[in-house]
Amino acid sequence: MKSPGKIAVLATVALVGVGILSGCSSSSGSGGGKVNLVVAPVLPGATADALTALHQRVQQFNKENPDINVKAVEYQWTAPTFTAELAGGTLPDVFNVPFTDSKTLANSGQLADITKDFKKTSTADKWNKNVLDVATGSNGHVYGIPWGPYAMALSYNRDIFKQAGLDPDKPPTTLDEIQQDAKIISQKVPGVAGYMQMTEGGTGGWELATLTQALGGRLEKVGSDGKVTVTTDNAQTKAGLDWLKTLRWGDNSMGSNFLFDWSGINQAFASGKVAMYMSGSDVIGSLMQANGFDQNKYGVATFPLASGSDAGILSGGNVDVVNVKDSAAQIAAAVKWIDFYRTGPTADKTAAINNAKTLAKGKQAVNAPTLPVFDKATWEQNQAWIKPYDNIPVGNLTPFTDGIFNQKIVPEPPAHTQDLYAALDPVVQAVLTNKNADVDTLLKGVDTKVQALVDADSK
Amino acid sequence: MTVDTAVKQHVAARPERQKRRHNPITWVQRGGLTTLFFLLPLLIIFGVFSWTPIVESVVMSFQKTNLVTPAVFVGWDNFVAIFQDPLFWVAIRNTGYFALLALLFGYPIPLIAAVLMSEVKRMKGFYSVLAYLPVIIPPVVSVLLWKIFYDASATGVFNAILGWVGIPPQPWIQDAATAMPSLVLEATWAGAGGTIIIYLAALTSVSPDLYDAAEVDGASIWGKIWHVTLPQLRGILFITLILQIIATAQVFLQPFLFTGGGPVNSTTTILLLIYQYAFTNSLGGAYGQATALSLMLAVFLAILSIVYFRVTARWSDN
Repeated sequence: MKSPGKIAVLATVALVGVGILSGCSSSSGSGGGKVNLVVAPVLPGATADALTALHQRVQQFNKENPDINVKAVEYQWTAPTFTAELAGGTLPDVFNVPFTDSKTLANSGQLADITKDFKKTSTADKWNKNVLDVATGSNGHVYGIPWGPYAMALSYNRDIFKQAGLDPDKPPTTLDEIQQDAKIISQKVPGVAGYMQMTEGGTGGWELATLTQALGGRLEKVGSDGKVTVTTDNAQTKAGLDWLKTLRWGDNSMGSNFLFDWSGINQAFASGKVAMYMSGSDVIGSLMQANGFDQNKYGVATFPLASGSDAGILSGGNVDVVNVKDSAAQIAAAVKWIDFYRTGPTADKTAAINNAKTLAKGKQAVNAPTLPVFDKATWEQNQAWIKPYDNIPVGNLTPFTDGIFNQKIVPEPPAHTQDLYAALDPVVQAVLTNKNADVDTLLKGVDTKVQALVDADSK
Repeated sequence: MTVDTAVKQHVAARPERQKRRHNPITWVQRGGLTTLFFLLPLLIIFGVFSWTPIVESVVMSFQKTNLVTPAVFVGWDNFVAIFQDPLFWVAIRNTGYFALLALLFGYPIPLIAAVLMSEVKRMKGFYSVLAYLPVIIPPVVSVLLWKIFYDASATGVFNAILGWVGIPPQPWIQDAATAMPSLVLEATWAGAGGTIIIYLAALTSVSPDLYDAAEVDGASIWGKIWHVTLPQLRGILFITLILQIIATAQVFLQPFLFTGGGPVNSTTTILLLIYQYAFTNSLGGAYGQATALSLMLAVFLAILSIVYFRVTARWSDN
C-alpha cells in the first residue's frame, strides 16, 4: 500500500485516534448554556427507595435553578478510594470528606475556595464558628460546608435484645453492662456476636480512639508550643484494649469474624449477625439507605463514658467540598446545591419540611440523630418542624438523644489522624485474634511510627 | 545452484541492501511510511499508557508530591524511608511465604492434573472445561465467594463441611497463622485452570513413540512421567515457573480483598504495601515512596528473570 490516497486515509485514521484519546480528558462543565454539576450524595448500593428520594430532590433543585443541571452519582468516602480518586482527578464536582481531612486538604491546595459564594448563602452568618472552623483554611477562607456532625454511639438491634431476654428500652450504660449484655446475647442467640468493633481500613484506630477518649485518655497531646506528641501507649488505651480482650477471650462474645470495615460491620449488623456495635450516632441513615435495614429494630444509646472531666465522646462529621479543578460558575452552582441539599433543611422551615416529606416517602431516615451545626435552639426548632414526618420510632432514639447533650464532646486526634488510625488497626486486630498479643510493644511501635510522621512535618 | 554459489550471491547482495536500508528515500519508496502509520496507533497507545507512566513513576520515586501542587525532588529519601519502615521487611517475608506456598501447592497441582487428564480417554473436553471454570469467574467475585466460604463461625461453609468429619471450626482468614495459607488455597484454585490448559497443550506435542519406547524398556507410569513427560515439558515448565514467581511476587487481589493485609499485617504483601503507601492516607499518600517501592520490585524481578533464563538456558542446552 503505497498510494498517497491510502496514506492520507491512514493519517486521518491516526489523527482521529489521537483526537479520541485526547478528548477523553476534556470536560467543559457547561453545555447548552447550563452549568453541569456532578454531585455525590448517595452511598453505593443504595436501595431503590433511596434513589427515588434523591431523584426527587435533584428534580426540585433543577426546577429551582434552571441554569444548573445536576447529576447525582454514588459515592462513599473511604481513605484509600478517596486518595486514588483525588490523585486520578476523577472526583465529582461536589463530594464529602470527614472533619479530620478538610482543613489539611484546603491548606494543601486540593479543594476549591468557596468563600465568595458561601457568603451569599442565607445562613453564612449563622454558623457555629467552631463547626465552620473545620472547613476553614489557615488563610481564613472557606473551603467547604459542614453537615451531619455526629457523636460516637452504641447502636443495637432491639429484636436481638428481646430474643436474649434483655429489655431494649434499657440498653447498657457502662462498659461493664455492655460486656454483660454481650455475653448474655452470645450465649442465648447462637451465631450472633454480642458486641463488635471495626478493625480494618483505619476504622479500628478510629474506634480505639473513641474508646480511649471515653475512658479519659488521649492518643495525641498538644503542648503549649503547639508540638504534638503521640501517646497511644497510655493507661486508658490499654484499659480499652483489655476490655476488648475480656469480651473476646474471656466471654467469647464477639463472634468469630474480626475483620470489619465500616460498610462490612454495617452489613453484619443489618443482617443480624452483630447485636451491638460502636458507630456514629447517625448511622441509621446509611443502614436504611444502603442496607435496607428496618428502623423499627434499631436502637441507639450514648456510648458510656468513664467518670472524670477528661472523659468525652469522640465526635466527627462531614464537609461537602468542591473539586479544585471546577470553574467559577461550577463553584457557584456547587455552593447552591450544598446549601439546598445539606444546609437548607437544617435552618429553613419550608426546606426542612420538603426534605422530610421526600425522605419519608422514599423510606429514608428523617430523624437520624445528629448534633447541631448552628446552635442547640436551631437544632431543636428543626426537630420540631420535621417531627410529623419522623419515621424512626422516637423511643428507639431516646437512650441517645436524652443523654448526648450531657456528654462532653471531644474532637478527633489532630495530627496525622488517618495515619494514626491505620497504624492502630493491627493493634486492635492483634487483641482480637491473638490471646497473648503484646499490647505494650505494639502501642510503643505505633507511637514511634506516627511520631516520626508528625516530626517530619516540622522539618 | 550449489550451496557455495548461493552463499556467494547472498554475501554479494548484503552491502547493497544495507546501503538501501540507510537511505530514507528508498525506505519511503519501500513502504516505510505505511509501516509507520500502521505502527502509529500502537506507538501512541504504548506511549500514553505504558512508557510515559513508567518514565513518570521513575521520576516520581525521587519526588515528594500530592499530585496537585508542584512536586519537590527529595533525592534518595523515599528509598531510605522504605528501608527504615519495619513493615517493608514484614511485606517481603509475607510475599516470600506466599510465593513459597504457591509454589508448593500451585505449581505441582496443575501439572499432576494435566498429566492425569491427558491419560483420560473419554470426556477429556469435559474435564478441561471443569478445570478451567474457576478462571472464567471474575477474580473479585471468586474472592468474595471464598470470603463467605471462609466464614469462621461453625456455620461457615468450609467449617460446616469439616464438622461433618468431626473437625472443629477453623479460623481461616481470621487468624494470623492460617490467613496466608487460606489465601494461597483460593489463589491456587482460581489460577490452576489456565496452567492446566497450557500443560495439556504441551503434552499433545510429546511424541507417543517416546512412551512406546519407554514401555518397551519396561518403564512404569512414574518412569514414563520422570523420563519422558517432564524432560519433554522442560521448556514450558521453566516458563510457567518464572511466570508464577513473577505473579506471586505481585500478589495483591487476595490480601486486599480477603483481609486488607490483616490480621496484624500477616498478609501485607509488597504490592499491598505499595498500595498502602499511596492510598491509605486520605490527605495525600506517599506517592514517591509507593513508586520507589514499585521500582525496586520491578528491578528485582527483572534481575531475577535474567538470572533465571541464563541458568535455565544452560540446563536446556545440557
